[in-house]
Formats: sequence, C-alpha cells, structure tokens
Amino acid sequence: MTNEEILQLLYDETLVGNAPAVKDGVNEGLEQDLEPEKMLYDALIPSLEEVGARFERGDYFVPEMLIAARAMQGALDILRPLLAEGDTQQVGTFLMGTVKGDVHDIGKNLCNIMLEGAGFTVIDLGVNVPPEKFVQQIEERNPDVVGFSAFLTTTMPMFKANINALEKAGIRDRVIVMVGGAPVTQEYADAVGADGYSADASSAVKKAKELIERKRQQVAA
Amino acid sequence: MDTVLRSRSKTVTVGSEQPFCIIGERINPTGRKLFAEQLRGGDLSTVTADAIAQAQAGADVLDINAGIPLVDEPELLMSMIRAAQDAVDLPICIDSSVIEALEAGLSVYEGRALVNSVTAEDERLEEILPLVARHGAAVIGLANDETGIPQTPEERLINARKIVSSAGDHGIAADDVIIDPLAMTVGADTEAVTTTLATISLIRDELGVNMCLGASNVSFGLPQRHVLNAAFLPMAMAAGLTSAIMSTASVCVESVRASDLLLGHDAWGASWIAAHRARQAAEKEAAAAS
Repeated sequence: MTNEEILQLLYDETLVGNAPAVKDGVNEGLEQDLEPEKMLYDALIPSLEEVGARFERGDYFVPEMLIAARAMQGALDILRPLLAEGDTQQVGTFLMGTVKGDVHDIGKNLCNIMLEGAGFTVIDLGVNVPPEKFVQQIEERNPDVVGFSAFLTTTMPMFKANINALEKAGIRDRVIVMVGGAPVTQEYADAVGADGYSADASSAVKKAKELIERKRQQVAA
Repeated sequence: MDTVLRSRSKTVTVGSEQPFCIIGERINPTGRKLFAEQLRGGDLSTVTADAIAQAQAGADVLDINAGIPLVDEPELLMSMIRAAQDAVDLPICIDSSVIEALEAGLSVYEGRALVNSVTAEDERLEEILPLVARHGAAVIGLANDETGIPQTPEERLINARKIVSSAGDHGIAADDVIIDPLAMTVGADTEAVTTTLATISLIRDELGVNMCLGASNVSFGLPQRHVLNAAFLPMAMAAGLTSAIMSTASVCVESVRASDLLLGHDAWGASWIAAHRARQAAEKEAAAAS
C-alpha cells in the first residue's frame, strides 16, 4: 500500500469503527516509516471529526460514535509513545471529570480521546467526582485546564459548587475552567463563571488550545 | 407488596399482582428547549396540555421535573404540580435531586406522592428519607451509591437492600420503597439491558419490593426509540418490573397493556377488551361525524 492508501484506510476504517483494521493500518504505516503525526492529523482526527459532524446532523447514532472512538483509541495507544518521542509539542494537561451526582460519561470520554489526539495529556477522574477531589487533583497535578462535565440539568449546578471550591482553596486562578455536557449552554457557562464552554468534542479541543494560548500570553506580558 | 399512591381522589396501587404502573415521563424540561423557555417565563400551559395528553394516552401516574438551570426550582416545581393537579386527577411522581424542591413539591401536593428519588448514598438517605417519612409519601430508590452505577446485579442488590433497610430505620415500610434497578442505553453497552433484566429478577427474588426505572434510557442515542422501548418493557415486566417512567406513545402503552394480559395481570382480558371497545366506539363516532 502507498502512504496515501494507508491514510485513506485509516480514515475510512475509523469512520466505521473497525478497530482491528485501524490497528493493522497504523502498524503497517509505521513499518513503512509513515510519520505518526501524519497518521494522526491527516487521517485519524479528521475521521473522528467527521463522525462528530455526522452525529450532530443526526446521521450517526451513539454506538457508531463509540466504536469509532474506540478504533481511534486503539490507534492512539500505539502512536502515543511515538508522538511523545518526537518533537510534537506538549500542548497541555487536561484534568477531566463528570461532576458529583452525575454518572454520564459518553461525551466526556469522546472529549478525552479528541484531546489526547490533539496532544493533550488527559487525566480522567471518571464520574461522580466531588469538588474536593477536583481541588486535590488540581493541587497535586497542576493541570492547565480542568473540565467539568454534566449531562443533567439537575447536576449542572455542581459547576458553580466546583468553582466555589476552587476559589475557597485559593487555586481558581491557577487553572482554566471549561464546562460541557448536553444541557449546558454558553450562557450557563458564563453565569457560573467558567472560562470556556464548547458544544462538542472537537470544538472543546480548539477552545482549550485557545484558552491556554491566551493565558500563556497574559503571563508572558 | 403494594405501594399505594393517591391524587386528590384517585388511588393507584403499584404491585406485582397489579397491572403495570405507567408513569408518564413527559413533564420534564430536560432536552425540551421550548418547554424550558415557557416555564422560565411562567407559562404553564404545556404542563396542563401534557398532563391531559398523557392521561388520555393511558398514564397512571405523572412524573414532574422542574430542573431548569438558573431557575428557582422549588417555586417552579410547586406551580407545575398545582397546574398538573388542576388538569388531571392522577398521582404525581415528584422528580428532583434538590432537597428543597422535593420539600416544596411535597408541601403543595394533594394526595400521596411518589418521591423521585433517593440513592444508596448515606448523605442522600439521611437527607431525603426523613422528608418522605414526614409527608407519608412513597419513594424511589436508585440502586447506585457514592461510587457510581454498579456493573453487576449483585452490587445493585446490595444498594437496594441498603435503601430498604435505611427506609425502615426512618419508619418507611418496604411497601413504600420502589427500587430503581437502573436502566442504561444499549447504545453504549451491549450488555446494559441484560444486566438490568438480571438485576430486576434478583431484586424481585431477594427483596420482593416494587421496582421502577426510566424505560426510555435503554434506547438513548438510537433510531426508532419507541420500538426499542416497546420491546424492552415486556421483557422487564416478565422479569418482575412493576412500574416505569416511560413514554406514553401508543406503541409503548399498548405493549405494556398486552403484557399485563399475557402475564396474568388483566383477568380474562377485561381491560384489554374494554380498551378495544372504547377504540371501536371512538372510531365509529369519528366516522359518523365526518
């Protein structure tokens, strides 16, 4: 297979969630000295972005999105160590968790995969994460961004509770706060005092990069 | 075991020897942008319309949820309950995770309500059960705890047992505890529904309490959700589920009522036949009018 064919295969097979084929494709690419970055940025990420777009349009359903993400995850497991070796810039550390009282994780996990794909180091605290745990983990790991996920209108108030906990611990300014989840809106994110919101996984990546960049410039200035 | 719920004048009994209890899910602003906007503006007309429509479609109880971001939930829940009680004479399932909202809802409710819900978390049990006891209500207990949703039926049973026992400590009889064995989408996990079904059987055999779940969860993220829901309900009923918060789409309601008959909870098909006659009469009337 030519490099072009391998990239096309990775794109097509990720799109249909064929994890074994994606894994084989990645290995074949590596044997042929295809750059890991190229496979990631020219095939895998665009494919998962297309999956997200189809889901948004209602053309794709949850299982299709999940198996595509799984296929991508399998490729990342192989590529991650190689990307770290290379000169791919470490974009930042993202601490992620579903808020207390909420156990939904499909959207959060998709965000994690997209973030990892984009070069973030992702620390996932899982679901039903209490404010104390976020505080403790931020103090310990010093992430650039913390992401709060909520799927229910009834658990969204935890965003505010979490931010209050960060303020109380005196670490609010140390970290960028992003919020997301099905019922969340920009208006709500603003109201609770979050730094950023995004409606889906791929825009979460863009937003996180943008916020980190802005913060670094502010610090530099 | 029988759980008795009451509206202003009507009594609904949830039990393993009773017809399945259909709790209409519709009066919930989650994922209903327009409805949320109306409620925000104090417009309760959709509450009234949805209450009437679900009652006509065959609901036995109505779930009412007022969870809108940045809204005074206790106040809104109270006005929604009043509007629903003025519209239809059905018991209400008061749905909130905010203790103040549950308290407010119970204070205005006329009858014997079902509180939705408590979990097996110590903090939640200590907060909510005294409130349920004080108002003489019944309560739904979700079989999850601090660590999230257990993967196995056995762990969910442990949580269910804890809720029933804790309710007992607060003077709430096991009859008045309805356990939610937890239903999740088969779209995210192929085993999700078989785990739920196994949990239902286990809780029925070990505790014998009533059970209720959010039936529409099983089809989340999939096409033709009503068809999946309608296929799931008979399986859950056969395993021992006695009620569900569910869609009152006719395919779902008919599936439940057919299962009532098939499982021996509609003696001699009396309700099934009566519903058929009512439909015939309505068709006849419609034909005569046109």
